[in-house]
Amino acid sequence: MNKIKIEAENVNFYYGKTKALSGIDLKIYEKKVLALIGPSGCGKSTFLRCLNRMNDLIDGTRVEGKILLDGEDVYDKNVDVVKLRMRVGMVFQKSNPFPKTIFENVAYGLRVNGTKDKKILQEKVEQSLKQAAIWDEVKDRLHTSALSLSGGQQQRICIARALAISPEIILMDEPASALDPISTEKIEYLIHELKNLYTIVIVTHNMQQAARVSDFTAFFYVGELVEVDLTGTIFTNPTKKQTEDYITGKFG
Amino acid sequence: MENNLSLSKGKINSRKIAERVIFIFLRLVAVFVLGILGIILYFIFSEGFSVLSIGFLTEMPKEGMTEGGIFPAIVGTGYLVFFSMLFALPVGVCAGIYLQDYAKQGFLVKLIRLATNNLAGVPSIVFGLFGMAFFVHFLGFGASVLAGSLTLSLVVLPVIIRTTEEAVKTVPREIREASLALGATKWQTTYKIVLPYAFSGILTGSILSVGRVAGETAPILFTCAAYFLPRLPNSIFNEVMALPYHLYVISTSGTQIEKSRPLAYGTALVILMIVALTNLIAVILRNKFKIKQ
Ligand SMILES: Nc1ncnc2c1ncn2[C@@H]1O[C@H](COP(=O)(O)OP(=O)(O)OP(=O)(O)O)[C@@H](O)[C@H]1O
Ligand SMILES: [Mg+2]
Repeated sequence: MNKIKIEAENVNFYYGKTKALSGIDLKIYEKKVLALIGPSGCGKSTFLRCLNRMNDLIDGTRVEGKILLDGEDVYDKNVDVVKLRMRVGMVFQKSNPFPKTIFENVAYGLRVNGTKDKKILQEKVEQSLKQAAIWDEVKDRLHTSALSLSGGQQQRICIARALAISPEIILMDEPASALDPISTEKIEYLIHELKNLYTIVIVTHNMQQAARVSDFTAFFYVGELVEVDLTGTIFTNPTKKQTEDYITGKFG
Repeated sequence: MENNLSLSKGKINSRKIAERVIFIFLRLVAVFVLGILGIILYFIFSEGFSVLSIGFLTEMPKEGMTEGGIFPAIVGTGYLVFFSMLFALPVGVCAGIYLQDYAKQGFLVKLIRLATNNLAGVPSIVFGLFGMAFFVHFLGFGASVLAGSLTLSLVVLPVIIRTTEEAVKTVPREIREASLALGATKWQTTYKIVLPYAFSGILTGSILSVGRVAGETAPILFTCAAYFLPRLPNSIFNEVMALPYHLYVISTSGTQIEKSRPLAYGTALVILMIVALTNLIAVILRNKFKIKQ
């Protein structure tokens, strides 16, 4: 069927002594959208942040098991995290543009990775802003501060910023949770467009959103992966009772 | 019922009175502090303003320092400020960034922080003695601009480290993570995100320490300050005159203290103005860079 892009094998994760993930086995298919759902505190963000090793930044964390990206363990000693993060981009829950201009925000990833050529930067910035469906709104003010934009616009700048370094995978942690319905719709539309080019993993608390945007859905519950399947199957015919209770709103 | 009501009313009233009393008291204290500051300023201005002139700022002292200007002391203080900042700024900023962002937060870092905080509270005469023992004698710099600047840089180092740490701490975790998630290295994140964000804070701390360096007497007493020197230093191994020490000399140990009194007030006024000016610059620059963020 589809090519497996990322495969988690028996992943355990600890914040100090607290175990936040246990025995996660999960396949993520190339150029598909995987939605992670589950009640608050069940480990969705933790899992997502394992995929690009963002958890390395938190003191005292520990990972067991394997996370294979194209067959290569991302937690291997020889892995260069900088290269890993260029291949696995991330969009955060709270939009977090740098206090720089719109242009510099989007060009940042290219610059830190050594791109100096003005023309390439300009082309890439324009292309990424277009992909993130924000070009028309900002094309006349690329050199004003990104902080002067609205929350929804800022979040799309953050998406453009992640796209600019041409990652293979994009991780999104509740990218629309702080946005109004119109901005949310724009971002959902964007995800539809982007999945032709990228593998996407999205965390969401919004069941309709998961149903609308994703091809696969994984349900997490207190650090464990309860069930993962085609989104249609999860929402109409889940195998586990817990999953059914959660998506029908009986708890969580 | 009625009784209850009047009782509760009474309670509220007594609380209100207490509040008013405390408010008036706090206000009086504030006015008192301001008043004292005002008196000091008025005193120094009224006594010192008459001697202020171009000549006072640009001439050598004359007649056993009872006449003439304070030019060499101004230049000397300028040198000391420049060189001490040259040493203290890079070291202090690097140390602050290291402690906050790079060092593993554990026992050692706590110890270093404790030591820096204590260092900030050490009386400056102790720095002076240390400077004399270490820079002047042990390293053999002699009483010189170099020894004085290094001693002064030790005095302000804790301040610079602290303000750098505080400024670095204000950089939101989210934008650091965003930078790292885009494949920036830790150093690139420090250099391109953390430093620009923390810049105004670091700047404020540094400029405030300029005022400190310009005004400190004890650290330069044994390390570089000359009693009287009718010429400017031509190397960092020369002694210099400096404003605070000059003020000390002409108000305590001259032969004609009464005669040089007006010059002393003039000198005090110049020091005050330098300190006020640096603080003003700090405020302006901070606001300027704040807007950019
Ligand atoms: N930095 C941290 N230090 C210690 N424990 C943490 C840390 N971050 C998360 N945890 C714990 O790990 C568990 C999983 O947290 P995680 O953030 O992954 O949940 P989540 O599913 O993303 O929740 P939400 O939907 O509320 O975002 C929680 O019990 C949480 O308390
Ligand atoms: Mg989360």
